[in-house]
Amino acid sequence: MTTVATKKIDLREAQKDQSMEKQKEMIAGNFTRLARAPQTGEKVSYTFVPGNINELVMCFDMVGNFPEINALQMGMRKKSGNFIFDAERAGHSEDVCTYVKTDLGMVYNGNIGPTGERLPEPDILLLSYTGCFTFLKWFELLRHQYKCPTVMLHVPYQGGGKITENMRKYVVKQLKEEVIPTLERISGVKFDIDRLREYLRESARAEDDLVWVLQTARHKPSPIDAYFGGVYYVGPIFSAFRGTRDATEYYRLLRAEIQARIDAGLGPVTPEGNMGEEKYRLVVEGPPNYTNLREFWKMFYDDGAVVVASSYTKVGGVYDFGFRHDPEHPLESLADYCLGCYTNMNLPQRVDMLVNYINDYEADGLLINSIKSCNSFSAGQLLMMREVEKRTGKPAAFVETDLVDPRYFSAANVKNRLESYFQMVDQKRRAA
Amino acid sequence: MATTDQIIQRCQSLFEDLHFTAAREWKAAEPDRKVVGFMPIYVPRELIHAAGMLPLGIFGGGDQIEVIQGDAYYQSYICRIPRSTIELFLTKRLDFVDGMLFPSICDVIRNLTGMLQLIRPDMYAHYYDMPQNYDDRVGGEFYVNELQELRHDFENLSGNEITDAALRVSIVLFNRNRELIKELYILRAAEPWKVPATEAYLLSRAGMLLPVEDHNVLVESYIKAARSADRPRRDNCKIVLSGMFCEQPPLNLIKSLELAGCYVVDDDFMLINRWMQEPVSETGDPIEALARAFLHHSTKTSATYEPIEADKGQYLVEAVRKSGAEGVIFAAPSFCDPALLERPMLQDALNAAGIPYIAFKYAENSGQMQPIREQAGTFADSIKLWGENA
Repeated sequence: MTTVATKKIDLREAQKDQSMEKQKEMIAGNFTRLARAPQTGEKVSYTFVPGNINELVMCFDMVGNFPEINALQMGMRKKSGNFIFDAERAGHSEDVCTYVKTDLGMVYNGNIGPTGERLPEPDILLLSYTGCFTFLKWFELLRHQYKCPTVMLHVPYQGGGKITENMRKYVVKQLKEEVIPTLERISGVKFDIDRLREYLRESARAEDDLVWVLQTARHKPSPIDAYFGGVYYVGPIFSAFRGTRDATEYYRLLRAEIQARIDAGLGPVTPEGNMGEEKYRLVVEGPPNYTNLREFWKMFYDDGAVVVASSYTKVGGVYDFGFRHDPEHPLESLADYCLGCYTNMNLPQRVDMLVNYINDYEADGLLINSIKSCNSFSAGQLLMMREVEKRTGKPAAFVETDLVDPRYFSAANVKNRLESYFQMVDQKRRAA
Repeated sequence: MATTDQIIQRCQSLFEDLHFTAAREWKAAEPDRKVVGFMPIYVPRELIHAAGMLPLGIFGGGDQIEVIQGDAYYQSYICRIPRSTIELFLTKRLDFVDGMLFPSICDVIRNLTGMLQLIRPDMYAHYYDMPQNYDDRVGGEFYVNELQELRHDFENLSGNEITDAALRVSIVLFNRNRELIKELYILRAAEPWKVPATEAYLLSRAGMLLPVEDHNVLVESYIKAARSADRPRRDNCKIVLSGMFCEQPPLNLIKSLELAGCYVVDDDFMLINRWMQEPVSETGDPIEALARAFLHHSTKTSATYEPIEADKGQYLVEAVRKSGAEGVIFAAPSFCDPALLERPMLQDALNAAGIPYIAFKYAENSGQMQPIREQAGTFADSIKLWGENA
């Protein structure tokens, strides 16, 4: 069914490196900026990925720190296990989110960030409560630790499957009455709406290119892996860079590299070079496991499985159904962005999205990676799986891991399940 | 006059009846009656009542139901209340329910809204989002609009207009209910041997299943009977229970605490009947009154945001002081995000106030009480031997 793509990359790999290098520089630069904040006097805001209002934070010359990103980086560096252990020893339950415990464990160990530099204490905790109850308690725990100011942005959940005018007004009102005045007070910088408009304009440019990249997975073979590769592609736009020229430049570079891969008929780049023959096209629901990300990915590409669409790459913003940040309606647009993040959507909406992906990207089926730590994603996934199977006629499978707790990644179990799943897809094909 | 035993026997029958016969009978008594279920922790029952419908508390299946189908809907690391609730629906025990409200307590209950929307598309399933911003002009405006939307939905569901007058009548009835529950809790704190924790629990739980008018009569009768009952006073210590606001403990667990030497003098079992710390205004715009009461007189709990760091956990310290308790038992359901994430901060507040505590976890179907009894017994002994009143 698919074109075989087995060429070894040379020049194109170098092109790929250009966007990767750009992203590395951006991330390292932000960590350095954070580390130097006590000397430079820059004010530091801590906030979350879903519902982050980065453009607004930038209006106050603040530098952003994202505890979730620190936690996942620690997971990838095999450091999260000890941090989780330290947090549990300090009295945090083994049952709760391991992102939280990794972050707290990091704080208990001197708050040394992923690049080895000490992260500064927050001047403000910007609690954007979007799509995850744990956020609420996470920042109460950090406030308990740091005794610093906190400002809350409560983003109502789309329980009825739509964004209502009441929700939008509520978020905008909180921005006007609570968030902006607090950020002005902490930073000493007066809010300038035209500056915000300019950042939003920049965001929309990057969003256009990100969507273009993600939608190239409709090609056969797909030039990208929209889950394992996707977590890198969304890095800049989900964090401290949305609204910056750096982000726009990153996505421009990435787009050019992916275009080159399409032109060459190539599949995705993996940690071991070009992927071989594309045998299975999958849609994945749920976050990845970060402690064993490469091992997990290898289980896919070794068997010729490529992820053509994923819900996780929408957790920091859903752009592929038309939403863009809008400089003409800056605060309303920020509200719609927050309200529209994936985990703020109700289950029927999430099922619709996955069904849409399977059809639109001509996928062979759905794989759910259910995360022990994340009830926002995980509660209801078994029903979602059945619904998607019922509506698409395509097989679905379920694996269980965790975000950053190495105790919950059992390679043998995951591999067994994946292999059984691929056999199931083969059988379905033969029966068709 | 009914005795406490007679009243509690009735409450126990209601509690054990997972076919909800009383609610079914209420519905069948008149054509076009509707029942709206709700989950912990708070919904404005006044609005359901004012539409002529019965608010019905769905607090899981406890230890009386074998969860077979419900387990197929949840991973092992998710608490038990949603799986037994799904079981209740799939086994048709709740087939008479016309609507369900899922309050914003945690992500699991939130996602249960969508699950019921998929499983029971014929039923009204509404996520009840409470503002975490308590400013009248911000969270208040949002909340008033949400309440108006709910009012409109209930009018459609019931076929009855919810007039301001009808809503005020409902507010008066539920104010009375909250007042009676408060009286019950005050009596228990003062003379806990007269109001055993299991009885207070069953009486309170009956209020989740009965029309408020009937429950008011029941609570009045119980308080009267309990005051005059001659019951032996034991050498127990007084404790506050914290963390049981959603998935309910098995009745045996509450009994075990008492048997281990603990008088429960405050708890957070069913916060809905004590959510409002002050009566809701019975005059003026009733929707505004419900919103104002929520914003300014809500109880504090792990499922809500505390805007002021210095106030964190002070509600628990205050509960200990007001009830004359000598310690706190943190008992949280396994995998309960709100209770378990909050607990270290509450423990810090208790440490600062010099209040002793212990902690354990349970599930609504926990069967082994011996370890809990031993832990609670040791805690009670340590308070008696070395506590402030020793």
